[in-house]
Formats: sequence, structure tokens, C-alpha cells
Amino acid sequence: MQAYHSRKAFAMDEPNDAPNHAPNDAPPERSDYHDIPGTYVFDSVQSRKGYRLNMFCMSLNDARNRDSFRAGESDYLERYNLSSEHRTAVLTRDWLRMLELGGNIYYTAKLAACDGLSFQQLAARQTGMTEADYVAMMIAGGRPIDGNRSRTDPMWSSPLSRGDRSDRG
Amino acid sequence: MAEIIGGIATSHVPAVGVAIDRDRTKEAYWEPYFAKLAPLRSWVKELNPDVCVLVYNDHATAFSLEVIPTFAIGLAESYRPADEGYGRRPVPDVEGHPELAWHLAQTLILDEFDMTLVNEMDVDHGLTVPLSVMFGEPDAWPCPVVPILVNVVQFPPPTGRRCYKLGQALRRAIGSFPGTERVLVVGTGGMSHQLQAERAGLLNPEFDHRFIDLLVNRPEDAAAIEHNEYLREAGSEGIELVMWLVMRGALPEHVTEVYRATHLPTSNTHNGLVALAP
Repeated sequence: MQAYHSRKAFAMDEPNDAPNHAPNDAPPERSDYHDIPGTYVFDSVQSRKGYRLNMFCMSLNDARNRDSFRAGESDYLERYNLSSEHRTAVLTRDWLRMLELGGNIYYTAKLAACDGLSFQQLAARQTGMTEADYVAMMIAGGRPIDGNRSRTDPMWSSPLSRGDRSDRG
Repeated sequence: MAEIIGGIATSHVPAVGVAIDRDRTKEAYWEPYFAKLAPLRSWVKELNPDVCVLVYNDHATAFSLEVIPTFAIGLAESYRPADEGYGRRPVPDVEGHPELAWHLAQTLILDEFDMTLVNEMDVDHGLTVPLSVMFGEPDAWPCPVVPILVNVVQFPPPTGRRCYKLGQALRRAIGSFPGTERVLVVGTGGMSHQLQAERAGLLNPEFDHRFIDLLVNRPEDAAAIEHNEYLREAGSEGIELVMWLVMRGALPEHVTEVYRATHLPTSNTHNGLVALAP
């Protein structure tokens, strides 16, 4: 696949010359977006890692499956042959960890819905903010783009203080 | 021959559907957003389209990771609102338009757009929320719908330019349908939002307004925006904006901007509404 070019349709006032930290085995397109902070682009690497996790989440579109998952989460997960890391992340509802392990937000949202969470509640739980603080941030205009374009941006710091994680894959 | 009588772009935020379905549109949080829908709804009512061609993305509903069509078209007689994990929306079933849909599918494929053909599927908030946005809460939707689906969940989605060209091909295909249908084309999704990970909650109204300006007046430039820029500037889910370009491509090069409104926030999203006349 051809890498995306950096030509822009209109100028933004942010530097786009971040150094390339992409691992050597990453698909070429990764080099363009790997430095976006606090973001898992659901690309080939994430999709392959998270396939079984996401297909488990997909099953929760069916009300009968939701009932049987609620009746015995561990047993239900047996059907999906998840890794122990995936299982732990699901059972402990570690929403951010699920994304790190290849979960896609539209899939993990099925699990959140099964727990009765709204998308906004789910979003808040991934940021380490309280729901009240998250809602207040959104009403005040949302998370600003300035300081949140790149992990190389001096203004960026993870709300979870994880900083520049080396396990982003 | 069928003709395109207008174009609409709208976000498709699930919480907007929930607000309608649970009768919360008069609450202080929601009232200002729903007030902005009023002019759009009157315009659509006056326009009275015979059919909507509605461009949206499936959110792990009809398609899972098993099969991921980049472009698909619905050919069914009707579609049920889907259970997306929290039960079906209490809205009417959506009537399809198989004759027009099959004509579009065949014409687009022969015009080198390799559409996936869908005979059975449920439709999620990506389709039903825009119907609620445009038509409110009728007992039956006022016109049939031809769904066109674009993958924006698995990276990479089709480029903005490809979506714009699909819109142009759609215009040719609608123009060659042997009927008298007056068609409204609807592009959905966006604007800036990010639902995932530590950057969740990102909004970028400045990007969004520039995007609308380009979409209306310099669509070729809007179509040239690359994925990396959407991801970085509009949030990882803001890349849904490529679907507005399908709608824009279906309209002529020069259009009249009939209506524009934005609202911040609707849940996690900077919500956008644009109406264009050819």
C-alpha cells in the first residue's frame, strides 16, 4: 500500500514533521498517524490483534446472547477462545486495555451497552476522568485540538499519565 | 428521468436518537440542538422528496469483521431498525426502493464502482438517526430509502476523493433511471469527534467550519483532504466526514447553501447540518 502524502488541502497551524517512531514491521501507512496521542487507529495491526475480542462483542447485538453473557461471563467467553489478556480486560472492564489489545470502539461499545453504559459514559471511562468532569468538558467545548495533535507536542500529556507508551504496537 | 432535488449532510449521533425516543428533546441540554433542526425539517417538508439515497456507515451491526465491504448498497424491500446492543429503536421500519437501488447498483458497477449488494440487513443509528433528524417522529417515514454504506470503521476507509467520485457516478446513475422520482441525497456522520482512548472528547470546530466551507464552495479541495488529517484534526471518528463527499459529488459543481447549523456538543460530537440545493 502506498503511504499517504503529507500534502494538505488547507494549512493548519500545527507542525506535521514529527519524527517517525513506527516499528519496522508496521504497515507503511502507520508512519503517518502513529504519533496522534491517546488514539488507536483501527488498522491492520489492531484488527488482527483484536479479531476474537471484537467478534465476542459483536455477539452481544443479540438479546439472548446478552442474557447468557450476564448469566455467566466466564463461561460465555469460552466460546470465543480469547487470550488471557483479552479475557482479563473484558472481565475487569478495562476499556482502554481492550483498545490496546485490538478492540474497536464500535465493538467494545456493545459490551458497554450490555452494562447499561451510554457512549458518553464509555468515553469518559477511557480517559480517566469522572463522568461529571467529562460531561462538563464537552459542554465547555470538548477536548481542544491545540496540544492534542501529536505526542511530540510539548502540551500533550496523557490524562492517565501513561505518556508515550512503548506498547502501542 | 429521475432527478436530484437536494442534498443534506448531517451527523448521526446515537444519543440524538435516544433523546427523541425517550422524549427528552425539550430538556435544557437538547432543546438548542432540536431548535436548529426546525428550518431543515421545513425545507425537507417543502421539498417533499420521492426517495432518499442515504449514505452512512454500518457500526458493527449488519456487518462485523467477518466481511467488510468498502462500498455497499441496500436492495431490499424494507429494513428493520437494528438491535445495536441496547434493543431496537422504536421507529418505523424503513421502506426500500428496490427498482431504483438495483438500477443504481448495476449502473455504478458498470461505471467501475464495485458495490457490494445487500439483500437483507437491519439498519443502525447511522441511517435511522438522520431520518429522525429530517422527518421527526412520523408513524411511517414519508419516503423510501436507498441505503449506501461506506466502511469507515476498519482503516483505511475509501479516500475522500474516491467518495466524491462515487457521488459523481451516483449523479449519473440517478439521472439515467427511467422514472420521475425526485431524489434527496443525504450524507451522514461526522463532524469532529473521538469516542476512543485518552483523546476521547476531542472536538475541532475550526476544522469543521473550514470543511463545510470547502465542501460547499471548493468540493475538489475538500475531496483532497487525506486520512491522516481527518484522524489528527477531526478525531479518529471524524473521518466519517468522507461520507459527506459522496453527497456533495452527487450535486452539481455550483450549489446554493440553503441552510447550515452546527451544535456543540451532542454527546461526544460537534454536530453539523447542511442543506444544499442544486
